[in-house]
Amino acid sequence: MKYKKLGIFIGKKTLKLISLLIVVCLASFWIVEQSPIDPVRAYIGEMSIQPEQKAKLDEYWGVNTPPQEKFLNWAENILKGDFGVSLIYRISVFDVIKERSIASLILMASSWLISGILGFVLGIIAGMKKGTWIDKIIKTYCYILTATPTFWLALILLMVFSVNLGLFPIGLGVPIGVTAENVTFFDKLQHLILPTITLSLLGVAQIAMFTREKLIEVLSSDYVLFAKARGEKGFDLVLRHGVRNVALPAITLQFLGFSELFGGAVLVEQVFSYPGIGQAAVAAGLRSDVPLLLGIVIFSALFVFFGNLIADIIYEFIDPRIKQQEATI
Amino acid sequence: MFKVLYMKNKAEINTEIKKGDKALLKIDDISLSFVQYTSGLRQTELKVISKLSMEAYSGEILAVVGSSGSGKSLLAHAILGILPSNAKLEGKMEYNGQKLTQEKKEEIRGKEIALIPQSTTYLDPLMRISNQVIGSVEEKNEGLMKKTQREIFQKYNLKPAVDRMFPHELSGGMTRRVLVSTALMGSAKLIIADEPTPGLDENTLNETLSYFKDMVNKGCAVILITHDIKAALKISDKIAIFYAGTILEVANVEDFKNNGENLRHPYTRALWNALPQNKFQAIKGHQPMQDEIIDGCIFYERCSKKKDLCSKGIPQLKKVNGGMVRCNNVS
Repeated sequence: MKYKKLGIFIGKKTLKLISLLIVVCLASFWIVEQSPIDPVRAYIGEMSIQPEQKAKLDEYWGVNTPPQEKFLNWAENILKGDFGVSLIYRISVFDVIKERSIASLILMASSWLISGILGFVLGIIAGMKKGTWIDKIIKTYCYILTATPTFWLALILLMVFSVNLGLFPIGLGVPIGVTAENVTFFDKLQHLILPTITLSLLGVAQIAMFTREKLIEVLSSDYVLFAKARGEKGFDLVLRHGVRNVALPAITLQFLGFSELFGGAVLVEQVFSYPGIGQAAVAAGLRSDVPLLLGIVIFSALFVFFGNLIADIIYEFIDPRIKQQEATI
Repeated sequence: MFKVLYMKNKAEINTEIKKGDKALLKIDDISLSFVQYTSGLRQTELKVISKLSMEAYSGEILAVVGSSGSGKSLLAHAILGILPSNAKLEGKMEYNGQKLTQEKKEEIRGKEIALIPQSTTYLDPLMRISNQVIGSVEEKNEGLMKKTQREIFQKYNLKPAVDRMFPHELSGGMTRRVLVSTALMGSAKLIIADEPTPGLDENTLNETLSYFKDMVNKGCAVILITHDIKAALKISDKIAIFYAGTILEVANVEDFKNNGENLRHPYTRALWNALPQNKFQAIKGHQPMQDEIIDGCIFYERCSKKKDLCSKGIPQLKKVNGGMVRCNNVS
């Protein structure tokens, strides 16, 4: 019974993933196709060449083949596992994504964790102390943050902590002028702190507001009333009933936030010149590096899809109420 | 024949226990209202309980009978001090001879006063049953409490597998037994059961009622809040008739017989005669709404014996024939 359900779940999700990828590929391919930037020009860079040579290159790269054929060629290679060669980095797209995504994943994972934990704690405090000054402070903080553009906050932090106070480096992922083998863990950490703080601070708002609302709802429920009638009170009561009932939906929401996390990372990496996948995406877009751009699009679609998938798994397989409902069907 | 004998027996037992006994819980003229905002910033007070008095004795079941939505549950919440923050409670309550203040309520609820709630929504949906029933305890007592819980469950025929279940996995009857178990975990002296009977079949109903008998036999005072007068009459010693936020009459169970000529209040009599096994006659009208302001007797509109006096001021609470009543026609 249980395995059958799991099988159906996996089957459905796989179908969804395949159709999602097809649509994402088609859409992004079409958009790139409409772009006014000439990829051959982008490839040549600042070099000046004769129109005849340009025409030859056009033909070599297949600029004038019909879009359908281009797409099919590309899709065929993708299916074979060949993502092509990045025009700006001159190495395989796969390698660029691998190298860049490690840096990005560290940044996103740390800010995801920090914002999740901090947001949850703030939400619990605000919900418990509903209507008091501490609740108002947390609420105001969240409202301000939701209205704050990511890049603006990143710039402010950069100005205050790097430029004025000089506590952190201005940007990049490692110090300038140091060979790769001499870069210490501490160096990397120091470069990671400001981008992480920016992303975390912004991620806090949503989860804190959600936790607060949910906790208030739980605290006005019948079972909390009964717990009070049985002599439970204060923080102990919130811990026993509140956190237990709020945690699962909050974690689910945090996983659903993967897409926003990715979007935020693109902007933050840009401001801090942090060598992550987001920065590569911007570079690829601006300089018409079509293979890299499409590769990153597929990667990010997968990333967001798996975030949502984890949320679904938590919802369907971990919550005992849902588990039971399925069992009775 | 049997019934009469049974009632007689019970009456004798009661007089024995009650001898020289003081009320465990004494409620004197309490009123409960909610502050509400209507149209913009205008505040109004919605009165849900007015001038309610009753007494609960150890070794007795007091049934508070009234129709659904008349504020009976709020009475239970008022005794336990778990009212919402916009509620305003006035009047005096005494527990065991001491004034029952909010602080006192918080101190003794769950220990000396236990609530048996209505439905499964009063159980935490994500907590295993045994943890809920045991409640919040210190670590060193956990083993002992676990044992007590198992014993109580055994008594109520709840298998060990139930311990690890979640509330949604329980059947209606099991939920009822689990909720009743919660009241037995501590050493409660006063047990308030809020609508413990609706939706139960005859067997489960009798079984549930027998739990309350057990508690009373152990010396607890039980307040049984219900809309089911039939069930109340089966096991209670006294019946308090709850009408539109107040108690019109407290009658002994023995008063409910024949045509109800021993009953003191016209409403109680009407209620008795409305039962299918009696005359099956309903009286006209409905209970006044909570926002209606009534000067006189709250039953005035529907009363067949109303006098001019009845529309002016709430009738005094009088002790008549071992019961209490608010009616001008009784002396």
